[in-house]
Amino acid sequence: MMQECNIVIKVCMGTGGIAAGGTGVVSAFNEEIKAAGINASVEKNCSVHNVGCRGFCARDVLVDVIIDGEKTTYEYIKSDMVPRIVQEHILQGQAVGDWEVKEDYHTFHEKQVKVVLSDCGEVDPEDIESYVERGGYEALKKVLATMTPEETIDLIKASGLRGRGGAGFPTGLKWEFARKAPGEPKYLICNADEGDPGAFMDRSVIEGNPHSVIEGMIIGAYAIGALKGYVYIRAEYPLAVERLKIALDQARQRGFLGNRIQERDFNFDIKIKLGAGAFVCGEETALIASIEGNRGMPKAKPPFPAQKGLWGKPTVINNVETLANIAYIIRNGADWFAQFGTEKSKGTKVFALTGKVKNSGLIEVPLGIALREIVYDIGGGIEGDRKLKAVQTGGPSGGCITADMIDIAVDYESLAKAGSIVGSGGMVVMDETDCMVNIAKYFLEFTQAESCGKCVPCRIGTKRLLEILERITDGRGRPGDMDLLEKLSNDIRSASLCGLGQTAPNPVLSTLRYFRDEYEAHIHEKRCPAGVCKNLLTYSILEEFCKGCTMCARVCPAGAIVGEKKKPHKIIQEICVKCGACFETCKFKAIKKG
Amino acid sequence: MMVTLTIDGRSIKVRDGSTILQVSREHDFYIPTLCDDPRLEPYGGCRLCLVQIKGMPRPVTACTTPVTEGMNVETTNEEIEGLRRTIVELLLSDHPTDCMICEKAGDCTLQELAYFYNLRENRFEGERRQYSGSDGNPFIERNMEKCILCGKCVRVCNEVQGVSAIEIAYRGFSAKVCPPFEKDLDCEFCGQCVSVCPTGALMGKISMGKGRQKDIEKVESICPYCGCGCNITLHVARNEVIRVSSRPESLNEGWLCVKGRFGFRFNSSPDRLKHPLIKRNGRFEEASWDEALDYVAERFGEIKEKHGADAIAGLSSARCTNEENYLFQKFLRAAVGTNNIDHCARY
Repeated sequence: MMQECNIVIKVCMGTGGIAAGGTGVVSAFNEEIKAAGINASVEKNCSVHNVGCRGFCARDVLVDVIIDGEKTTYEYIKSDMVPRIVQEHILQGQAVGDWEVKEDYHTFHEKQVKVVLSDCGEVDPEDIESYVERGGYEALKKVLATMTPEETIDLIKASGLRGRGGAGFPTGLKWEFARKAPGEPKYLICNADEGDPGAFMDRSVIEGNPHSVIEGMIIGAYAIGALKGYVYIRAEYPLAVERLKIALDQARQRGFLGNRIQERDFNFDIKIKLGAGAFVCGEETALIASIEGNRGMPKAKPPFPAQKGLWGKPTVINNVETLANIAYIIRNGADWFAQFGTEKSKGTKVFALTGKVKNSGLIEVPLGIALREIVYDIGGGIEGDRKLKAVQTGGPSGGCITADMIDIAVDYESLAKAGSIVGSGGMVVMDETDCMVNIAKYFLEFTQAESCGKCVPCRIGTKRLLEILERITDGRGRPGDMDLLEKLSNDIRSASLCGLGQTAPNPVLSTLRYFRDEYEAHIHEKRCPAGVCKNLLTYSILEEFCKGCTMCARVCPAGAIVGEKKKPHKIIQEICVKCGACFETCKFKAIKKG
Repeated sequence: MMVTLTIDGRSIKVRDGSTILQVSREHDFYIPTLCDDPRLEPYGGCRLCLVQIKGMPRPVTACTTPVTEGMNVETTNEEIEGLRRTIVELLLSDHPTDCMICEKAGDCTLQELAYFYNLRENRFEGERRQYSGSDGNPFIERNMEKCILCGKCVRVCNEVQGVSAIEIAYRGFSAKVCPPFEKDLDCEFCGQCVSVCPTGALMGKISMGKGRQKDIEKVESICPYCGCGCNITLHVARNEVIRVSSRPESLNEGWLCVKGRFGFRFNSSPDRLKHPLIKRNGRFEEASWDEALDYVAERFGEIKEKHGADAIAGLSSARCTNEENYLFQKFLRAAVGTNNIDHCARY
């Protein structure tokens, strides 16, 4: 008879995990465990849990098998691999070494400091008990039992927490303004309208640990004196919405929401408001208009939402990540939080690390960390060991940090000085195969399509910026286009109504500032140095390398390659569609791109 | 409460709560704008009224910024004019240049601004919005290619008329003012939207092609339709009323209903009575006013003599003014001697 042991299996069921087949993995575990007689004839207690994102989405499905507290993590797990894990590891106690995570999984995590994400990937997002077991809602109980609203605000002020949505406004100060503003009732809104291309921070936090956001909201409501809260979340996040709904119901049942919370004279409840996926609705005043049932268009500030917000009442709008910090700050104290980060940028920041980096995923780092550490240690360096060109931060409102600035500290002030922003946390790593003019064009396509249309500089100005960038990348760039881009960008920045328009030209200005040579090559030499802009590319065959193997001619979809077997081939430029298929296929490096 | 601020170096004392734009207008500082109407909520969309305030990092819109004590405003400088110029140039880059045949020429704010900034060439020429088909409604011509999205029509429909028949749809360059589901306009056709449109995007259909601003003579009048007595301005060309407008400073603040704004064609109808007619031998014959009034007085006298005053009754009209209605009942009660007096609005 085997000795009884406790086995916990945690399967990543974030959006990444589910996409990689997490649902099948979970049911496979349940079936195999039953078939093996575990929890019945075999004296082992085994439970299977869904957990949220743990960051390394590229390795999904990630599975933890924890036997009597000893954790083994597996990567790339498919449901057909489950029987072997159950047989060898769970029944015989022999981990399947081939499938375990490798060294890089650990280096990915080593330099991270997890506050907001500390329970993501550990707790079951659909079970409040697993959050409570790890200390969840203790902060709320502490606040209600021992602190006045003013003391709560002072503590958040002392922690130095700044808004994680992009602008970095001190959270405690925002709460104080709303608390002191005349007008009842007051509202607290959680801004979960994450819309930057490539950003998935807020989504992962809600999917992975919704109760941390809810607890932060309740504490915030207590601090400012709000009776009602909203989570404004985009409808394109169905899993996050579903988990949030479950979490809200569970929080109500446990008496954390509703009337007389924890038997005290404090009422607060939260409503979910689905957004229709307009990027501009992340802007505070547009978000308020949208909740009020109007078209999401920004209004001039002042009045600020803290004075006159939702339905004309004092309103605080905090980003998901900001709110998810609150409970941990209360639990561990302001000093604990302030030990992370720099003088002016305290705490940690979650980034969505993507692009040409080896390890992409969700990361949390102390503010002030060197960009080099993010790219080379956490990110594992550039794919294919190519040369780093730039790191784009802040999404469509941000800018580029060039390779020679790689030692820059990642905090609000340093990035701003370099012409970029921390933003909501998008971080795209680019290498020598990325064309910076094309990158600027990509972001302008996005901001132009997402402009609300209210103000002229943003609505028409971004369209014209985009058109100029299009003609440059198409090989129709004119002398003077760079000046025109710069002038128009500056005018849009000065004249636009809201943050969307004011920051929309940043990708243009930033690439103009650091990559002028690339613009010049496109405009004057009709050449794309990175070999990205199709209309500026030519493929040709280097006769001395061509063996006449005919592979290129066979894959060419346009029939543009001619030549006899075993003799050098030729590309007919007039027919070539510049798809690059020949370039990819040639084994002898005989195709020249440029 | 009064506050003191400085505009372009001049110290001014004004009511607290006013906006910079209001104060500038009252004190004759010119600030261009396309989306502001003092009768509507400030919008801040066209960005033309940007002004510089000392100590502020970026220009602010005069229409949305309230004045504060000690504020130092610059309504014009090189930077501000540069921004305004760019804005007008951007608008023109997406606007048909068909002023020579545009109904609104001579009365178009955009045209004025293009002239003011001398925008002969455009640095931003590019794609223009193109819309095909026209709105099938009977009153309002909607030419959305000329729309600059100032939002005035949307706001007047919502804030003043309370109808909300139109809203801005789509995003980015494709943003567009339209009725729900982009159907034809189906509202009460008050035409307030037409009256506030700064360009040729919204025009009254019945006035199209009949004459532009320079062709008309303006005649001040009172709307004949009801007792409200709205002030109207008749636009007369070749002795025909071709359009009706109303001055914003009038008692009705320039607002009219569908009848007052578009119901003026009776004025030049060939069926309209211009002389009194008396039926003689079964046929109506033209008569002079003296003749007609004598005839009516004589017949009233006879009826009253024979059947008593209560055999006569008077029915008045809501289209008459209060004064006319007062005189009419006075006439029936005092002159004729009956209380048989009624009014169409009771039915």
